[in-house]
Amino acid sequence: MTDRKIDACSVIVATGHARICDLDPCQHGKDFFVPVNRPVIGRASVANEIDKVVLTGDDIRRALTRISHEILEQNRAARDLVLVGLHTRGVHLAKRLGDNIEKFEGFAPAVGSLDPRLWRDDPDKALDQPLQPSEIPTEVTDRPVVIVDDVLYTGRTVRAAMEALLDFGRAKRIQLAVLVDRGHRELPIRPDYVGKNIPTAHGERVQVRITEIDGEDAVLLGRER
Amino acid sequence: MLLAARKKLAIRGGRVIDPAQGIDRIADVLISNGKIEEITGKSDGHTPDGYEQIDASGLIVSPGFVDLHTHLREPGQEWKETIATGTQAAAWGGFTTVCAMPNTEPVQDTASVVDDVMRRAEAVGVVRVLPIGAISVGQNGKRLAPMGELADAGVIGFSDDGNPVSDANLMRQALAYSVDLGLPIINHAEDKRLGAGGVMNAGAVATRLGLAGVAAEAETAMVTRDLQLAGLTGARLHIPHVSTIGSITALRSAKERGLNVTAEVTPHHLTLTDEWVYGQHGEVPESVGPESYDTNTKVNPPLRSRADEEVLIEALAEGLIDVIATDHAPHAATDKICTYNEAAYGINVLETAFSSIFTLVDVDPKMLSLGRLIESLTAGPAAILGRDLGSLEKGYSADVTLIDPEMKWTVNPQAFASKSVNTPLAGVELTGRVVITIYQGTKVFDLRNHG
Amino acid sequence: MMADPRRHLLDLDDLDALEIEGLLNSAEGMLEIAGRDVRKTPALRGKTIITLFFENSTRTRVSFEQAGKILGADVINVAASTSSLSKGESLLNTVKTLEAMQIDALVVRHPHSGAPYFIANHTDASVVNAGDGTHAHPTQSLLDLFTVRKHLGDLAGKRIAIVGDILYSRVARSDIIAFQKMGAEVVVSCPNTLLPDEWQPGSILGQQTGFENLEIARNVDEAVEGADVVMALRIQQERQEAGHLPSLREYSDRWGINSRRMAMAHDGALLMHPGPMNEGVEIASDVAHGVQSVIEEQVRSGVAVRMAVLYALCARSRSARNGAGTEN
Repeated sequence: MTDRKIDACSVIVATGHARICDLDPCQHGKDFFVPVNRPVIGRASVANEIDKVVLTGDDIRRALTRISHEILEQNRAARDLVLVGLHTRGVHLAKRLGDNIEKFEGFAPAVGSLDPRLWRDDPDKALDQPLQPSEIPTEVTDRPVVIVDDVLYTGRTVRAAMEALLDFGRAKRIQLAVLVDRGHRELPIRPDYVGKNIPTAHGERVQVRITEIDGEDAVLLGRER
Repeated sequence: MLLAARKKLAIRGGRVIDPAQGIDRIADVLISNGKIEEITGKSDGHTPDGYEQIDASGLIVSPGFVDLHTHLREPGQEWKETIATGTQAAAWGGFTTVCAMPNTEPVQDTASVVDDVMRRAEAVGVVRVLPIGAISVGQNGKRLAPMGELADAGVIGFSDDGNPVSDANLMRQALAYSVDLGLPIINHAEDKRLGAGGVMNAGAVATRLGLAGVAAEAETAMVTRDLQLAGLTGARLHIPHVSTIGSITALRSAKERGLNVTAEVTPHHLTLTDEWVYGQHGEVPESVGPESYDTNTKVNPPLRSRADEEVLIEALAEGLIDVIATDHAPHAATDKICTYNEAAYGINVLETAFSSIFTLVDVDPKMLSLGRLIESLTAGPAAILGRDLGSLEKGYSADVTLIDPEMKWTVNPQAFASKSVNTPLAGVELTGRVVITIYQGTKVFDLRNHG
Repeated sequence: MMADPRRHLLDLDDLDALEIEGLLNSAEGMLEIAGRDVRKTPALRGKTIITLFFENSTRTRVSFEQAGKILGADVINVAASTSSLSKGESLLNTVKTLEAMQIDALVVRHPHSGAPYFIANHTDASVVNAGDGTHAHPTQSLLDLFTVRKHLGDLAGKRIAIVGDILYSRVARSDIIAFQKMGAEVVVSCPNTLLPDEWQPGSILGQQTGFENLEIARNVDEAVEGADVVMALRIQQERQEAGHLPSLREYSDRWGINSRRMAMAHDGALLMHPGPMNEGVEIASDVAHGVQSVIEEQVRSGVAVRMAVLYALCARSRSARNGAGTEN
């Protein structure tokens, strides 16, 4: 186990969580060392048993590479492809897929972001973090769109995203790419591209960590407090 | 009151405080025929035959309180208070004499209205009601009311109540005219133009709450004018509810000049400040909240600053301010369940008057002695009235107030005898309470029957 | 454990910097939604918002109405007048009548300071203060913060000069509180007749004033010198009538914001005005429409900020709101 230096303040900003440790207010300051496999996001996780790593950085890279190829195959390398990442981590995953596609095919698909929170059916949960501006950089009417998110669970976020997306235009087709499918769907929604299926129990928590936000790539499985 | 109900009473073993006679000792007070018969040399442990006994051990026995400034609202606004409920509230607060302000409907600006009020008071009043006549017809500051006729009808002074006599010449005429009658002019001291529509004291709280403030100088300026006119005319001037440091300074200089002037202060100006408008019982909250803008703190003159409050207490303690008067101003719920701007001016005071000040005395015994406090509620106002009241002197009306100085109680306006509940003291714990009030030898209030 | 959800927005004094920042962040997202071709979300579908305005203000009322409608709420506008009180209908009656219609939020504008607090005491609905008397105007201050933040970033250490009718301005009161909470320095300047008695020119206010650390400039030049934001307040004709000012001409000359005064401010300083402007009086036309002016942007920000506020107060389901505080 190696120690790694993280910047406590930047974690606060990036996650939108006001508290990252048991001390309230946090007294660790900027040079706060934590064990590498001990998650620091969220007050709850600090108290957890050490979470299980189900996907490493390499696993994630390979999965995204595969999904990129699958998207190209399914859409016959359509140049009018639009990738729409869902806030917050889906946005970065969509960018990575876009980068892959550019590398493989030499053209960059349009990559946008969407915060579908206002279209959700569970407003009580939707209030936890500030709404993010969405950015759909191009016309979506008559173009194939792939919604990208980190975890597929109940399907409610995706339903909200589809409805929100329709206001931007009548897409030719909407598909769904997710890094992790953890099951327990509550709506008739099925992903088109999956990084990994991880069967979970309701009490478990899947945590996707990505470098752009969390400083590392990993998928952890832990227990919900 | 029915003469038949009058018994011989012996109030035994209490601490008798009668500032008019310089008495403060444990003694028995004997009452017969509605009059004070005797204050014994000491409490000797046996009672003459035929006297009903009241055990007053541990209690303070004071002359019945006299209030120079009460609003009974009848006739005209009986939904706020009536002579019956107002005098009952007085009895519960230890007052056996109340002077009724003339701002009724119709205004007490003719003998017939005054007669009517006195007849009603005779019929339903629980304690003595003395009327105050208007200075001007309809209290509108234009033309003098028939002050001679009013004096003959028995008024104890003249006032346009909350309407200041803004016209300096009319004020001068009123003062001059009153000299022959030997009665005081009681002018609400407020320069309305300077007040500029304010609804509370000008200062940090008003600024913070965005409420228009009345500068203390709006009162001081009018007090100063009135004192000058009193000097000019040689008339008796009584200044109601002084509330500012500036008024005290002006009053001191006038008394030093030997002017025939007296002044009163209210219990609320002695105990509450503009910080009570925040609705947190005088605490200044971190942020303005839904309990702020407490309309029960809206009163005219407004609750002032702490500095004013301290000077008022000192001035009362040294006797510069002559008396405490309640300015009891009952208002219906609808007059107070509204925005601060819309709310009526006035606080319901009679039933909390003594206790609120006594609690303050308790907090700092050096500020104001118990003897001086009782004097300013008894001998002080009696002297201004020039009547045989406010003392336990032999032959005086047997008006006696018994106080338990230890009793703690929490103000619950819903349990008031008054018809109205408009006090900012609701929920405040006070120390010391009037437990028995005797008027003309008859018990008119006994807490044990109401507790 | 989550803090109890906010029920009312009456002023900004009971919000901390973190909560204000949350609303501003949320407003960024709202601004984007308000700029879409299809400006409609189902976020507040089935919610009823009433705008209850006892004072005319087309700008603020329409801003709230649009905010509510973009979020999918039903918005009912009630133009009340205080004169209805003389007909025997009290504010309490009005509120109770509306309450019986199962409303979710009441957006209140009232000429009396404290009126929204009174209403909050007598309703289960959320109350948003859209301006009360001379007390507070929290959504205006949020949009001012939002606008400044967009241009200048972090507000900490920035100097904000507010010039004008301080005594009667609810915008001034809320802005002083808002900018100070975000770490800015605030300085005000106005004729002495429009300054509270207890505020002395050339001083910094103490804690007992309720506006700790507020700087009172000796004159307007001192206030705008080095300012990052210059805010001119509307001067009402009635101030002249009430004797606070000799003339608007003299006010314009001595306190009006013009290019000379803007030149004294920090490079790139912003010029703001809560509107509606008296061009040529408190603000010269050339600077009002010049490059430093963000006055029109303030209006646009208004809708986004009010969306963020309405969403924060109303999104929670009624049952969740009623149960709030009892469960963790």
